[in-house]
Amino acid sequence: MSRLLLCLLTLLPLVAHAQADLLLPSEIRASDAPDDTGGRITVTWRRTASEGPAISYVVSVAESEQGPYYRAAEVNSGSGFLTDAPAEFGRRASNADYHYAHVETYKVPADSARFETRAIQKGRVYYLKLSVTDGQRTVEAPTAVSASALANWFNWAKLNNFILGTTFSILILAFITVARRNPNLYIRKIAGLDAIEEALGRATEMGKPVLFIHGLAGMDSISTIAAVNILGRVARRTAAYDTQLRVSTNDPIVMAVSQEVVKEAYLDAGRPDAYNPDHVFMAAADQFSYAAALEGMMTRERPATNILMGYFYAESLLLSETGASIGAIQIAGTDSYTQLPFFVTTCDYTLMGEELYAASAYLAREPKLMGSLKGQDYGKAFLILVLVLGTLLATLGYNGITYMFTSY
Amino acid sequence: MIFLQRTLPLSIAFLVGMIGILTYYIPVWQDMEETFATWLRIIFAFSFLLGIYSLLHLHWNRIRRRNPGWGYSAFVYIGFGLTFLFAAYNDGKWFLEPQAEGGGLRWMFRYVQVPCQATMFSILAFFIASAAYRTFRARTPEAVILLIAAVLMMLGRVPIGAYIYEGLPTFAQWLMAVPNMAAKRGILLGVSLGGIATSLRIIFGIERSYLGGGEA
Repeated sequence: MSRLLLCLLTLLPLVAHAQADLLLPSEIRASDAPDDTGGRITVTWRRTASEGPAISYVVSVAESEQGPYYRAAEVNSGSGFLTDAPAEFGRRASNADYHYAHVETYKVPADSARFETRAIQKGRVYYLKLSVTDGQRTVEAPTAVSASALANWFNWAKLNNFILGTTFSILILAFITVARRNPNLYIRKIAGLDAIEEALGRATEMGKPVLFIHGLAGMDSISTIAAVNILGRVARRTAAYDTQLRVSTNDPIVMAVSQEVVKEAYLDAGRPDAYNPDHVFMAAADQFSYAAALEGMMTRERPATNILMGYFYAESLLLSETGASIGAIQIAGTDSYTQLPFFVTTCDYTLMGEELYAASAYLAREPKLMGSLKGQDYGKAFLILVLVLGTLLATLGYNGITYMFTSY
Repeated sequence: MIFLQRTLPLSIAFLVGMIGILTYYIPVWQDMEETFATWLRIIFAFSFLLGIYSLLHLHWNRIRRRNPGWGYSAFVYIGFGLTFLFAAYNDGKWFLEPQAEGGGLRWMFRYVQVPCQATMFSILAFFIASAAYRTFRARTPEAVILLIAAVLMMLGRVPIGAYIYEGLPTFAQWLMAVPNMAAKRGILLGVSLGGIATSLRIIFGIERSYLGGGEA
């Protein structure tokens, strides 16, 4: 009898402990998922003290409070904490005590063998229940919470980006206004742009054409717009010097814009008769076909000057090395950092990254354009300061600046 | 005329530019971004006709005038004609059906275009060698640094580098991961800020070179 009693007393805590594993969490809440186009509901709940590897939470959703409820999401007790999604829930210390689940779809039995997936609809009220399971037993919350998914008007996770972008834009516009009053702003020498005049003069003396090569990007690329700007200046000079200009593109819209720019440049220079639309052409639409066409042209026509401006890919070395082999003076400008080394080694002058964007301001010397360059430089100085400060503070364990500049 | 040539395009650029920026921050408007992207693809498809006309017109003039190298222009016509015929024939289903998997167009792409592209790409290896031969001469301090870094990188990437000195592959890795990455990020920083400034100039109509004609 005493042995039986001893066995019971030993087993009783184990049984009690096994029964206490499945505790229902508290503070169960449902709300519209933030920062999205709608179609998601977020459920959050406080973790319990009895979580373990076998414990998981199941979120069920219904279209009416009475049900039926369908399984929508499952979260293991060791994952799905609010700390895992700082973009949505912030970085409060208490986030480590809460779980979350996003509900976007749920499966409804269509027939005995198939399930139909339904998506959460915007604006409709849904009812959600949370249950805890260890694989063998399931305990469900007695009451449901409700929420509806809505499309949000602002993505709060991008607030830091919005503030920085707006500040930088205001800075640039302010400097443009300042530059209108004080037009004598300093801009450092850019050798590649100064050399354009020399290169065009060389082509004129040799009686050979100038070949202007656009990159592979379309008209929506900033580097192409910058290249078109430079093309306008080059065309004006070639019209004045009566030098042949060939412009190659691989995009029809860039070709149309380039034709217009060159035509207007020749008109401005008083040489509309010298303009030939066939000299501004689309060589090919495919990358290596473009390179092959231009290499053939360089080898046959042997231009004295090659100007390569825009966004380039692997064809950059093919073009520049062929140009170097025929003895042409080459000026390249690209914002593609992977191709810069090839241009630097094969071309006489290279405009790197933002030097290409600065071309319009450098060549025109207009106060409005110079002012934007100034604003850009101040913005860069600010970012460098933040980089240095942020690195120092992060090394010391303070990540505030890092979080402030994290992009989501 | 000024309205059509200047005012209207600048207004469209401003409106579309501002919508493009705002859709990044306003989730409700994200469908608009996809709509614009679809419109862009349609416009591009029509504009391709301009490019085809330009290409064919240019090469026709070369054939007609028997310019030096006019034979290559004839090849352009032959290639264009064959590709168009195979695309239109579409393995017997003609052009109103989706492109057939086993048709002549796919054959030309797989057995003509792809090998030609691979050939062009492989020429890069020789061009890199010739560019390196010309460039890696120790005439200036910068050239010396470039030469030393290039030699160490090349050795660090091949098995013989580890045989010469076991730390060489690690050093080559460090060279790419630290100084090279720093320079790359510096360029990217400048490019990103320059891109924002240029975009603002275009949106607010300060930069007008893309309209063609006149000062920016």
